[in-house]
Amino acid sequence: MTAGDWRGLVEGIPSLLGGLGINLQILLGLIALGFFAGIVVALIQVYAPRPLAAVAIGYEWFFRGVPEMVLLMLVYFGLRQFHVPISPFIAAVIALGLRSSAYQSQIFRGAIQAVGSNQMMAALSVGMTRFQAIRHVILPQALRLSIPPWSNEFSSVLKDTTLTSAIGVIEVFKRARFIMGRNYALALPTFMVVALFFLALTYLGNWGLGALERRYRIPGLEAKGAGERF
Amino acid sequence: MELVFKWEWLPQLGRGLVLTVELTAACISMGAVLGLLLAIARLYARGPIYWLASAYVHFFRGTPLLVQLFMVHFGLAGWGISFTPLVSGIIAMGLNTAAYQAEYFRGAIQAVKRGQTMAALSLGMTWWQTIRYVILPQALRLVLPAWSNELVYMLKYTSIVYLIGLPDLMGVGRTIASTNFRFFEVYAVVALIYLALVLIITFGLRLVEARIKVPGLGAVRQ
Amino acid sequence: MSLLVVEDLHKRYGKEEVLRGVSFTLEPGETKVIIGPSGTGKSTLLRCINRLTEPDRGRIWLNGEEITSPRVNIYRIRAQIGFVFQDFNLFTHLTALDNVRLGLIRVKRMPKREATERALRELARVGLADKANAYPAQLSGGQQQRVSIARALAMDPKLILFDEPTSALDPELIGEVLEVMIELAKGGMTMLVVTHEMGFARSVADEIIFMEKGVIVEQGPPEAIFTRPKVPRTAEFLRKITEFYGEQG
Repeated sequence: MTAGDWRGLVEGIPSLLGGLGINLQILLGLIALGFFAGIVVALIQVYAPRPLAAVAIGYEWFFRGVPEMVLLMLVYFGLRQFHVPISPFIAAVIALGLRSSAYQSQIFRGAIQAVGSNQMMAALSVGMTRFQAIRHVILPQALRLSIPPWSNEFSSVLKDTTLTSAIGVIEVFKRARFIMGRNYALALPTFMVVALFFLALTYLGNWGLGALERRYRIPGLEAKGAGERF
Repeated sequence: MELVFKWEWLPQLGRGLVLTVELTAACISMGAVLGLLLAIARLYARGPIYWLASAYVHFFRGTPLLVQLFMVHFGLAGWGISFTPLVSGIIAMGLNTAAYQAEYFRGAIQAVKRGQTMAALSLGMTWWQTIRYVILPQALRLVLPAWSNELVYMLKYTSIVYLIGLPDLMGVGRTIASTNFRFFEVYAVVALIYLALVLIITFGLRLVEARIKVPGLGAVRQ
Repeated sequence: MSLLVVEDLHKRYGKEEVLRGVSFTLEPGETKVIIGPSGTGKSTLLRCINRLTEPDRGRIWLNGEEITSPRVNIYRIRAQIGFVFQDFNLFTHLTALDNVRLGLIRVKRMPKREATERALRELARVGLADKANAYPAQLSGGQQQRVSIARALAMDPKLILFDEPTSALDPELIGEVLEVMIELAKGGMTMLVVTHEMGFARSVADEIIFMEKGVIVEQGPPEAIFTRPKVPRTAEFLRKITEFYGEQG
């Protein structure tokens, strides 16, 4: 490769970084959607009457069993087909957010069950309502227990934001493909740069979540190790 | 709002499905062999072999699979090393899942109690015999739930290979959807096929798990 | 010729010197019991004898062959020395029968049929013929320890090392394991036993070794050690352990 080739990459870096910003925006949106929807789904699964809980379990099964790519297509092109004016960005947040809510609900459900029914009984016995018990006793413990598995989900969805390029979001991977389109010899170094971006973000995120876990750690309430890819 | 579905789409999707299954099987087996070697290297090796194995695992787990796929298929081609899309797909996905599987294997091997090794050695077994007859039979049972998750994960993730031109289930679906302008219907059917496949794999592996289950060697399932 | 000769064994873990020059011999058919406070290197000593732990210094001979020599095939040596662990360490994924058979098939390369017959015979010897197909988790602690003794016996060991074989057991299960060990001692098996069971030590041992802080403080026949120890520390230890475990111990 000539020096001129490399310049194509160096000059492309600001654009790649701009693209990475879009990945982060999608990440923020989908994590937030997945977090709140995930808690609701988990609470329904654990505490709601059986038919409703079954629906929530079906929801989780669907979004865990269908590939992200198919979900993205289904939401974006599916809605467009019925003339819903949805942008690729919003479609990406919805599709990946719903998928993540299924995985997060699994994490929260496990944590709620790990907190155990004795805590619920103790809360009810001091006169709390069920809602108060969930809000002030169960969730504060369950959320702490959720941090380690949740950081797995975080690094998983962080990387999955690159899939949104397939429905036309001009994020970092799409921009790397533009650079590749101009000069094939640059493909490998460009993708390597993108890979390193993600490696750095993954470590940054895990470090931050580790700090969060230590900050809110309570003696006697520790999550048992989980290293699975959710 | 009117829904359209043509039965003639199904055989085409079926051919894509076959490719999806083949691709999954190929990359998951490649990943299992490589992953086991990586796990053993991370557990028992020292020096450069340990560092290389660790760097490998961190890189492939910390970067997007899509980027890895394009590095193998287009990146290497740009530097004169080119593979067919199928080979690229198997290599990239196999290398990726190897890193994840290595961590599951490592965790399971570590979960086998130290006394088991001591007992095996005290009988006069060699290191290799100890790993082969005592550690692995236990570790593989412990790893199965995590491993089934990984299999499902890879099955779903093969759907990105249409981006390098492979007519897998997703790819065939995309072609049908865009030629007929019936995105919702086609992708919904594709989603259901993936879902069915996931259910079959999950329950199949649970049967295997139940079959090889040994009292006192419970794999923790979520 | 002594069956086992241990000469000037040393072992340290970091700063802590666990064995500080231990020497003794074991004659064929003899049962020696090692007693002493916890953390005085008794288990380390046993593990050094089949080199599950490598000693730092000192030499060991088994039947005249130096097994601490770097040129010796340690796997062949270990197959001749039985080891019974405190927490049994039965192979979790194997039935009682397979636990006993594994070494015969893989280490001794015995044909499967022959190995099965032999394993069943050993299980019968420890009174567990009917548990051959049970997994360790389905057995009581006492039963697991008896299977592990059968596993050691099946290999036709020249000597068996027992590392506190009853310490992990509920009190009501200790008897069944001791019975098996007493039978072995009577049958002429050479045994080196680390234990806190003073009753067993007194009635079965040919000789007692009292160890403390990595050295042998005193050794001799049980009667001498238990009734008129020469060293004050021995007397003090025996008084304490009798208070703690009771006379039957």
